[in-house]
Amino acid sequence: MPTILEVKNLQTRFRTYDGLVYAVNGISYELNEGETLGVVGESGCGKSVSMLSIMGLIPQPPGIIAGGQALYRDSDLLKKSEEELRHIRGKEIAMVFQDPMTSLNPVLTIGFQIGETLQLHMAMNADQARQRTVELLEMVGISQPDRALDNYPHQFSGGMRQRAMIAMAIACMPQILIADEPTTALDVTIQAQIVELVKRLRDEIGMAIIWITHDLGIIAGLAQRVIVMYAGFIVEHASVDEVYDNPRHPYTISLLGALPRVDMSREERLVSIPGMPPNLIGLPKGCPFAPRCRFVVDRCRQENPPLISIAPNHEIACWVNVQTGDLQ
Amino acid sequence: MATAREALPGIAEEALATREPLTPTQLAWRRFRRHKMAMFGLFLLAALIVYVVGGAFVFPEKFANYVDTGIKLQAPSQAHPFGTDAVGRDILARTMYGGQISLLIGLAAVSVALVVGVAIGALSGYYGGWIDGVLMRFTEAMLNIPQLFLLIVAAKYLGDKIHNFRAFGREFSGSVIVIIVIIGFDSWMYLARIVRSQFLSLKEQEFITAARCTGTSNLAIMFYHILPNSVAPIIVNATLGVASAILTEAYISFLGLGVHQPTATWGNMLEDANRYLETAPWLWFFPGLMILLTVLAINFVGDGLRDALDPRTMVE
Repeated sequence: MPTILEVKNLQTRFRTYDGLVYAVNGISYELNEGETLGVVGESGCGKSVSMLSIMGLIPQPPGIIAGGQALYRDSDLLKKSEEELRHIRGKEIAMVFQDPMTSLNPVLTIGFQIGETLQLHMAMNADQARQRTVELLEMVGISQPDRALDNYPHQFSGGMRQRAMIAMAIACMPQILIADEPTTALDVTIQAQIVELVKRLRDEIGMAIIWITHDLGIIAGLAQRVIVMYAGFIVEHASVDEVYDNPRHPYTISLLGALPRVDMSREERLVSIPGMPPNLIGLPKGCPFAPRCRFVVDRCRQENPPLISIAPNHEIACWVNVQTGDLQ
Repeated sequence: MATAREALPGIAEEALATREPLTPTQLAWRRFRRHKMAMFGLFLLAALIVYVVGGAFVFPEKFANYVDTGIKLQAPSQAHPFGTDAVGRDILARTMYGGQISLLIGLAAVSVALVVGVAIGALSGYYGGWIDGVLMRFTEAMLNIPQLFLLIVAAKYLGDKIHNFRAFGREFSGSVIVIIVIIGFDSWMYLARIVRSQFLSLKEQEFITAARCTGTSNLAIMFYHILPNSVAPIIVNATLGVASAILTEAYISFLGLGVHQPTATWGNMLEDANRYLETAPWLWFFPGLMILLTVLAINFVGDGLRDALDPRTMVE
């Protein structure tokens, strides 16, 4: 499948009073047409910032895009002007945010907020946009869409709001949908509904999806490939089956160990990862995961391992082969 | 549904009744109605508007401006319920026509202040950086100039620059425009600061990032997405601004720099009364009372709006 988005060596930093924060440190990945890519990692490991960087939504200052490229259909998004980006945002690349409670404008009706995108990008007049908005709300499973249109966000439940956000995101049939932890703020049954909804829409529209989450369980049934991020680095990149069956980075192994599973016996305990993610002010010497790693060797504290291919479609950034204990 | 109704007749009836949730405007009106002083202010204001507008149907403007020195300085009587002024004009008719001008000045000056204040505050708060720096220093500079001094100088300098004109079927003194503009350009500063502070906090909200994410332009974000979220403090400030603009007009007119005769305003009627404070108190009592009632009514309404538009106010 042709590549639709290629991110190369993306680096994002923030200037703060405490020092330079190294939020994203040279990540590279590709997204193919119609594919779903999972991005996994703890809070504060650069998942959202890397996506906002691509969209040109990092406020600069204090943010700095220190380097890299984000090639969308072979043109670099990072070099585009605000005006050029405006025509891509929402039309070609759309985004769904984590908290539907705060991502809808409280004083504007749902219909206005969805219709605005349509009028902006699809050259529709108010009537056409209204008509289309009803269809979109129906697509995302909101009952009585012709009435829901004139409701304000506070009249919607959390799940309905996230559906409305999704309707807004898919309004212009985007090529890429970036979903930034869209189910984190919802309860479990609603989470499942939203995942199903996105899957259905993906197949209907044929869009590629980048799904950011810290829940590996959601990714399993949704994504084809998974990127695991830690401290602004990609530490493992593999097909979804490889990640679950054959995780090779100690961080991924720990994440999976911390995940509750149906087939676990009652005696087994969930294993938490000791310690905290590193403070990103100033880059640590060596591997950023070394202080929390079970497999740590001397070299880890000296040199940060590069992302290397260990099998077809499987890359990790680790000095240690966790299966044999040998250095790679 | 039917079974629930049977099981819990009293409670279910209410709970099951399909009630549309109230819109923010309906909620605000509901809170406003419970504010007794605000409702009083609203009725008073309505009555004053009926008085000044309705007056035009009772007396022609010619009558209000008709000079007859033969009946000058007459005390209130049947023929002239509010008395007559120093050149024999009917004070009742003049308070009606003067009120139109005073209210017009109040509303128009606030409109000018709103446009300037919202534009400067919005640009400043939304863009930040050097734009904010320049605009806010300018705002502070304006605040540092004593208002009355600025008004007097501006009124004196611009006083006769604009010709009289006709609108709404009556002749207006050009000085009305001058007064509107100078009051407007002298009272936007606090509004600009309020708008700026609103924009500063609102632009960081996630729904603004979401709006940017759909490709909405900066101008659309400022005026469609952020501004409606900050209408409450703007409306309150503007309402109170109308009262203070009417007062300001009265000051300037009292100093003889305001709207020129024969066009009446409550302010320049007071100026006329200046020399007869003790001998003919009806000259200042009626226009003074009008100003007092109007400012009072507007301030009550403003207070009520402040409470009604604050979502944290509880509806008891």
